[in-house]
Amino acid sequence: MQDKVTNILIVGVGGQGTLLTSRIIAKVAVQMGFDVKVSEIHGMAQRGGSVVSQVRYGKKVYSPIIKKGDADIILAFEKIEAARWLDYLKPDGMVIINNERVNPLSVMSGKEKYPDDIHEKITALLPKTTIIDATAIATRCGNVRAANVVLVGMLTAAVGIPAEEVEKAITGIVPAKALQVNLTAFREGLAAGA
Amino acid sequence: MKELMIGNAAIARGAYEAGATVATAYPGTPSTEIVSSFAEFPDVYAEWAPNEKVALEVGAGASIAGARTLVAMKHVGVNVAADPLYSFSYTGVNGGLVIVSADDPGLHSSQNEQDNRGYGRFAKMPVIEPSDSQEALDYTKLAFEISEQFDTMVMLRITMRLAHSQTMVETGAKQDVPMKEYKKNAAKYVMLPGFAKGRHVEVEKSLQQLQEYAETTPLNRIEMNDTGLGIITSGVPYQYVKEAFPHASILKLGLVNPLPQELIKSFAAQVDKLFVVEELEPVIEEQVKSWGIEVIGKDQLTLLGEYSTEYLQQQLGGQPMPPGFNLDKQVPARPPLLCAGCPHRGVFHVLRKMRLVVAGDIGCYTLGAIAPLEGMDTCICMGASIGTALGMEKARGPEFAAKTVAVIGDSTFVHSGITGLIDVVYNGGTSTVLILDNDTTAMTGHQDHPATGVTITKQPTNKLDIEALVKAIGVKNVRVVDPLKISELETALKEELARREPSVIICKRPCVLLPGTPKPNRKIYVDAEICNGCKSCIRVGCTGVTFQDEEKKAQINDGCIACGLCEQVCKFDAIKQTEV
Repeated sequence: MQDKVTNILIVGVGGQGTLLTSRIIAKVAVQMGFDVKVSEIHGMAQRGGSVVSQVRYGKKVYSPIIKKGDADIILAFEKIEAARWLDYLKPDGMVIINNERVNPLSVMSGKEKYPDDIHEKITALLPKTTIIDATAIATRCGNVRAANVVLVGMLTAAVGIPAEEVEKAITGIVPAKALQVNLTAFREGLAAGA
Repeated sequence: MKELMIGNAAIARGAYEAGATVATAYPGTPSTEIVSSFAEFPDVYAEWAPNEKVALEVGAGASIAGARTLVAMKHVGVNVAADPLYSFSYTGVNGGLVIVSADDPGLHSSQNEQDNRGYGRFAKMPVIEPSDSQEALDYTKLAFEISEQFDTMVMLRITMRLAHSQTMVETGAKQDVPMKEYKKNAAKYVMLPGFAKGRHVEVEKSLQQLQEYAETTPLNRIEMNDTGLGIITSGVPYQYVKEAFPHASILKLGLVNPLPQELIKSFAAQVDKLFVVEELEPVIEEQVKSWGIEVIGKDQLTLLGEYSTEYLQQQLGGQPMPPGFNLDKQVPARPPLLCAGCPHRGVFHVLRKMRLVVAGDIGCYTLGAIAPLEGMDTCICMGASIGTALGMEKARGPEFAAKTVAVIGDSTFVHSGITGLIDVVYNGGTSTVLILDNDTTAMTGHQDHPATGVTITKQPTNKLDIEALVKAIGVKNVRVVDPLKISELETALKEELARREPSVIICKRPCVLLPGTPKPNRKIYVDAEICNGCKSCIRVGCTGVTFQDEEKKAQINDGCIACGLCEQVCKFDAIKQTEV
């Protein structure tokens, strides 16, 4: 087994379903026999604020939180959230961005502008950045709420974990009646990330 | 088989495996999941107590009666429970009692950063600190043994980072622990001065024994490595140390009160340079220094917030902070907000409009303090609002009271607001108190409480009638309003503030996130022909309405749940509805 610890930072807005994604990834890592640690923020920050889940796995993991400049991948459920956490990325790290815009209150009220060029700015800094329209893909698969599983597919391709392990984890977590849509969404995300 | 578990669930599991049959708590981030997880085990009793003081008293009773008992609370909850804590530390236990204090370095969801290891020294009780979920489970089990062996409650001190991180746990079998026999023993359990004097002698004796135990317990261990650098640490910071300095020698303390003086001295003698790494207060460092041992701690490490691997590498290892990638511009901040349709928004909109002084309290509604609502002047601690408002009135007179309100949630009112209201009535205050009754403890994730009429296991129970209660206290002017009907609320406030008598306005409407809260049967929209871009609707600070910069008009977005607040605020009737 590799000694290296893989660090995945999953960021988004409270209510976007980042927790399901971190649960699936963590379950896959457990299935594969890795030591795993996951850190999340509960409580006040969940109310529409910025949220972050940190998943770490490897032969042995100590700290439950990722060091600055040490994340292999940032998976952002929302565009400006990707920008907010960029200082956690490794020099050769990768950013996957869901092409979703959730306006902070300051933008809704017209006090601040949403930086529309944020994706371009990140790509200029990090050419390996990928953007995906997970919401559109999920809608096409039959349920807009499966967007987070589309992102799991992208992530699976990026980290290089076996897709069948992820499908096994999804089957264990997602309710039976939503399983088919989720598996389709996962495979679409996987194909998009390949 | 190993599984991932948050620290809080591991503590519950540890207590269950140790044969605990009673658990009690008042919810508070980051401690809430401990007793809610315990409640899911078979053949146990778990409860939400009205507050932490009652929780510990119930715990003390269960222990004296013979059961192994778990009591959990957030760090500031221990302050509420401090009175029974300091006496129960004298009586000691019958069945083992473990009290969990969930501290919050970094203030992720709290009003201060107090370090509750300090309680261990003051209340003369052992304090145990795990560093991951497996230790949380194992140490909880061991804590029950220690509690019974040394006849003392044991504090399990954790932090948010342990409480809410998932790490791998191997569970064990449930031990069969018979209930201890109950024997009347007034000299042990009745804290009259004469008896307490005798108990103090026993407490000092058991502390002495604990001191000896500390030297040999498996809770404390030395990981000898390179002797150039030695680090004494405990809790989650141990994990940061392991990662930051993989070659250092480490003395990992699982028992942080009392400290193993001889073990520390011998460790110090074996290493060239010695650090103490502990978040918040220099609890270990000061004691180690008092024994004449040279050690580096808070002179290089902050008293504030959480530590991290990179922070320790920078401060103690001289390694620069990784620069990381940074865009050349800041992105807009995204603070937590009241939800679209939240009943509290109506209240704070009216309070701001009326320019009232607002003595606030702790709950989701504390978010009413931030822009754009900015409708709160003070927030001290759970239940403080009513006393604070009375104090303002007594300092500045009834004219000031006529423009002052106290704002408190239903769960918080039951927790510790009732006695404040009694003070108002008793001492002739004229305060106007708003009880924001959303039928749940929302901020911590929708726990039930005495006024919801449902128990922790979702069983129907006797429902506390808040309206009848405040009348029984002696408040004559009590009315119930819908906080999203703003003219009704404004009228109620004007009338009650004008009275030279105490008043209570119960703002009653369930939390929008509560399962079972009815979905709206209509949609609203902005008629762009009428909207003149005045932004009145924007100023209610709701995520359901967006200002379109180019068109200079408001627009209802997908986040809206048609609560109707912006409709009432619009002076031009530009917000209209359609049935769905």
